[in-house]
Amino acid sequence: MHGARAVFSVGARFLLCASGDFVKMYSVATEELVQLLRGHSDLVTGVQLAPHNRLQTFTVGYQLLALYALPSSEDSVFVIIPKSGERDTFQLVSVKLTKAAGQDMEAKELSVVLEGVDASPKCTAFGREGEYVASVKDVNLQVYFFKQKQLNRFSLRATNKKGGNNVFTCVACHPQEDCIATGHADGKIRLWRNFNHKKEYTFSTLHWHHDKVLDLAFSLEGTSLLSGGVESVLVQWHCGSDCKRDFLPRLGSAIEYVSISSDGTFYCTSHTDNRITIINSNLRFSKTIQGLIKARDVKTGLVVDPRTKALVLNGEPGHLQFYCLQSDKQLYSLDIVQQEYIHQAGLNQSDLVRVAFSAQGKWLATVEEREETDLELQLKLWFFDEETQSFKLNTRISMPHEDHITAMCFRDTDEMEDDSLMLVTTGRDCVFKVWVILEDTDPEAQQSLSWSCDFVGSYHSYQATNCCFSEDGSLLAVSFEETVTVWDSSTWDLKCTFCHPPGKIRSICFGRLTCSKYLIGATDHGFLCCWNLLSCALEWSAHLNVVVLQPDPLSEHIAAVSWLFKESSLFVFKPNEARPICIQRKFCKERIQFAAFVPRDVPETIGSEKYLWLRRSQLFFLTDTQELMTVSTKSAQERLTLSSKQLAVEESLPVTPFSLLLGKHRHQQSQGDVDLGKIVHHHHEQDSPAVKELLHTPAHVLPSASFLCPIFINSLLVSKENKSTEETPDEVEMESEEAEDDSDEENSVTEMKQEDKMPLESLGETTHRLSKSEEKELRKIRKVDYSWISVF
Amino acid sequence: MASYKPVVIPAVPKLGEKITQDTLYWRGYKTPVQIKEFGAINKIDFSPVPPYNYAVTASSRVHIYGRYSQEPIKTFSRFKDAAYCATYRDDGKLLVAGSEEGSIRLFDISGRAPLRQFDGHTKAVHVVGFLSDKYRIFSGGDDYSSSLWDIPSATEIVSYSEHSDYVRCGCASKLNGDVFITGSYDHTVKVFDARTKSSVMTIEHGHPVESVLLFPSGGLLVSAGRYVKVWDVLKGGQLLVSLKNHHKTVTCLCLNSSGQRLLSGSLDRHVKIYSTTSYKVVHSFNYATSILSLALSPEDETIIVGMTNGVLNVKHRKPEESKEKSQKKRQPAYRTYVKGRNYMPKQEDFFVSKPGRCIMRKYDKLLKSFQSSKALDAVLEPHIRLYTPEVTVAVMQELNRRGTLRSALAGRDEKQISLLLTFVTRRVIEPRFTPVLITVADMITDIYQPVVGQSALVDKQFLRLQEAIGREIDYQEELLEVLGMMDALFATLTEKRATYLEENKSNGLTKTLDQDISI
Repeated sequence: MHGARAVFSVGARFLLCASGDFVKMYSVATEELVQLLRGHSDLVTGVQLAPHNRLQTFTVGYQLLALYALPSSEDSVFVIIPKSGERDTFQLVSVKLTKAAGQDMEAKELSVVLEGVDASPKCTAFGREGEYVASVKDVNLQVYFFKQKQLNRFSLRATNKKGGNNVFTCVACHPQEDCIATGHADGKIRLWRNFNHKKEYTFSTLHWHHDKVLDLAFSLEGTSLLSGGVESVLVQWHCGSDCKRDFLPRLGSAIEYVSISSDGTFYCTSHTDNRITIINSNLRFSKTIQGLIKARDVKTGLVVDPRTKALVLNGEPGHLQFYCLQSDKQLYSLDIVQQEYIHQAGLNQSDLVRVAFSAQGKWLATVEEREETDLELQLKLWFFDEETQSFKLNTRISMPHEDHITAMCFRDTDEMEDDSLMLVTTGRDCVFKVWVILEDTDPEAQQSLSWSCDFVGSYHSYQATNCCFSEDGSLLAVSFEETVTVWDSSTWDLKCTFCHPPGKIRSICFGRLTCSKYLIGATDHGFLCCWNLLSCALEWSAHLNVVVLQPDPLSEHIAAVSWLFKESSLFVFKPNEARPICIQRKFCKERIQFAAFVPRDVPETIGSEKYLWLRRSQLFFLTDTQELMTVSTKSAQERLTLSSKQLAVEESLPVTPFSLLLGKHRHQQSQGDVDLGKIVHHHHEQDSPAVKELLHTPAHVLPSASFLCPIFINSLLVSKENKSTEETPDEVEMESEEAEDDSDEENSVTEMKQEDKMPLESLGETTHRLSKSEEKELRKIRKVDYSWISVF
Repeated sequence: MASYKPVVIPAVPKLGEKITQDTLYWRGYKTPVQIKEFGAINKIDFSPVPPYNYAVTASSRVHIYGRYSQEPIKTFSRFKDAAYCATYRDDGKLLVAGSEEGSIRLFDISGRAPLRQFDGHTKAVHVVGFLSDKYRIFSGGDDYSSSLWDIPSATEIVSYSEHSDYVRCGCASKLNGDVFITGSYDHTVKVFDARTKSSVMTIEHGHPVESVLLFPSGGLLVSAGRYVKVWDVLKGGQLLVSLKNHHKTVTCLCLNSSGQRLLSGSLDRHVKIYSTTSYKVVHSFNYATSILSLALSPEDETIIVGMTNGVLNVKHRKPEESKEKSQKKRQPAYRTYVKGRNYMPKQEDFFVSKPGRCIMRKYDKLLKSFQSSKALDAVLEPHIRLYTPEVTVAVMQELNRRGTLRSALAGRDEKQISLLLTFVTRRVIEPRFTPVLITVADMITDIYQPVVGQSALVDKQFLRLQEAIGREIDYQEELLEVLGMMDALFATLTEKRATYLEENKSNGLTKTLDQDISI
């Protein structure tokens, strides 16, 4: 959700913001996604409302770095582009627009306005009625007057006497007076006046921020100036009296952009953690638009909350976010650390590092740590309160281990009895500890349940690295560097040890269901080992550099993600056979950090035997760059209909005229597509559910045509899906975005189509490829249909 | 949107004795009154009728005390040798006492001379009592016999010679006028029925029995010797529970007025109070010397303990505190509460919501506005520093987390440094504060290193800090040594443990409560 300032539509009813390749339109009142504007094939870098036509917007992307539209110059916009031939130099150019407002425009007429500007859109601003343009770079401010064709340059010394850093970070121009506000790296804001004279310019300084000013914005009348920075405090300066200012503190994370609606009733701040806050003009917090919050560092891994099936991971600093995959919304954020977070660079603040849920989601265990000269550790156990429907802190244990906690797991027994519940933590202090619930029989005590340590185990003073309970909870496997030890969980006797030298154990897990007699371990020397617990012998081992080992809780399948030659590959196998069921080589160029199986609400019917393992749960990955990905078997349309509103589909409904019309249209289409090849045809015959749903739903319950149309069009765009991801990476990615109906860019889910791999290898590439002309034809159809919507 | 989060003050579980309803109840006694008697006090008995006088048997006398009197209001001293076990009848009018010479004397409370004298025992009679039909007396003597006497005719009805050692304790059933129980040094407790010629039940206690007690319901019998054992009479004398909380012989037993708590006094100078539902110790009292007798007045108003050195320890319950104090505080009038709150906004009104006022501590307010130095000052106020040091330390930790602790500590004058150092010296050895306060001490020494030697006061404090830390290091070393020794001991013990466990399993039927003896 970043990359550009968010823009309010006229009347402040909608908010437009750039999000990856799309522009998203949110309702200000309900914070819901209203519309997704597609068209770019690369990052959108700027969004502006067209000054004369209230309903039009300009968007730019790909190599155009910033966009400005002025009411005074009707038919031209200003963009920042890299100077041809030189790297890292950018120029501001004005582009004449052709009247035909098409989808894409090829700019023909360019006239350079300013050279050597900063690439950031924050560093250039247009003054009162477009009379001048101000741009800052490093320690230089340049102002260009259009009428006089005069360029004034002002420069500051790089550092002043007090050690302040004078580098400019952003600029804003007063809407009615000749006044420029500039933000600096040391937190100062300078207000420049009288800058049309080269020598007699003046500036005054405002100072509150202790770190970089990240964005500035003047209010509509210019009476106040808004500034935001790393402190995550929105500061409102009243221009009349210098020192008066208002604050809106604790906005969650650093403010990247500040924007103001055209009628001045709303402010909006975009934050670095992928969130937009809408604020009333009286500095009251109003709404927040957020998807998956981008944490600085996901340490907890991907955990699935058994109660809500939500994905749980680090959110805001010190918080745990519960992210619903179906609705792409944050369900809630649980404050774990419960300390005031100081937004200041270089501070060591406690953060959440480990999370574990008990089998029914009744208990939540969290570990937070803060490391400075000595380590501060806290283990917290939270109890789910049915009344308030949230987790309540039950026990807090400070310094549960003397060193970092490496892993933590609950004993997953399905019985509801509490006394079988058990938590195991492993630490780098060479021990693992078992925690159990103590029941206080005293009726006067405040809370009857609390956790305490039951057993401390160690093995030859090796560091404990991983722990895992078997499915029935009778055995506990703890890995100590190179050795896996298996303990009886009732008597805490060491049963047996496994070792596969050389290489330390990276992760371990027990097999499930029919494979519960196997224990799987991955070593950092690139071996995947499977031990038989009955014979205490190595069953098989494979040479594979496994980074993530994730068992499916509902089946016996285990997913292993390997990292080889800078590419991640996925292997799915059953422990009882050494041969993997499914291999997805090189599905991602980034290193996979974590994976999680999310159980499906309804088991899916999957035709292909290859994807049978995805029947009951879905696999999600988190990469190094915090992108969330999934493995999917379904075609795009199906996914979309699922995520869209659940419409009542009944076969017995009478055929509506609309469906007849569409049906006829579809028939024609499919006939036209016959020559596209067998596979395409085949696909059409299996009757995509999107179309089916469209036809069988009575008109009065159908959503708006603009909503249905993309689904319909996409259902016709079958040919693309037959292409593999490697061949057309950007297109597939775009398509996957459509499929997921995501609201933020980092959720770009790479689809791996059913037809992706195997048929491709067997049948060869040519059969799947469309000829250029056919592709064009399809594009044309799409364009036509879009215009048809706008008529509506 | 998030509001300011106050500093979390880490709660530490309170060590030591837990405060329960029981401890509060049993602590509610005034400081004891000590009365010196002539010899060891072998029996204290409360009159069952108001004004609840009590008879104390010591040496050759039986003294009757009023509840609040320090001097005996009446004395029976017609004994040639020691008197034993002066006991009231249910109506509080008659008193019976045994004696060393073997005779049993019956007194009228108002008179002086004995009404009756029962002769028949050949040796000392240590236990006498009334049956609940009021007209018979049972007794047990050192001649191994226990007898039943008729009061009107002063004759022996029946004599049982079933015990094989001294009979030293006994009690009568409150429900059945024919049943009484005696305990003897032959390790048995026998239940007699006056209608039969022999005992109806014999319970093997396992140790010389010093005291027996029958619950008011008659279903449970408590016997005390080395241990206190509770028996189920209705199940034919099955052992219910064995209480091994005293480490010396238990000499006396007593129930409280509600029957919910059992008290036992022992030669180990403790009185322990058990819950009769869980048979766990809920409270205990300490006394100066070994306890021989114990009595609790109706409504638990007074606890009296008699000791071997002849001291009578009387504790009276504190009067209930009146709650007038809290009522004096005037509450604001009702109209101040509803002022402006019952106004319903009309449709055209613009509603401006006022956020609820949150009350913050002073240091939180200062921390919220990033005034770290002042926040530190605020928590060094005497009442916070002395009574809630955890608050001070938590704020120091918070400042450290914010990276402003050094600047907050810097720039202080002599008095403030000395105050800080006193606090650190005193608290640095507490394990929960140690990590934070070591950082603080480090910073203080760093900051004020250049000015060492300028102030005698500060120098003295530094030396004291050094001393405290040096002492703590010595302690830790010693503790580690002890730990090492214990490890060595445990290592030798582990082999024996396996057999020990098996033993425990074999006698699993008898439920024993192995509690820490010295609770």
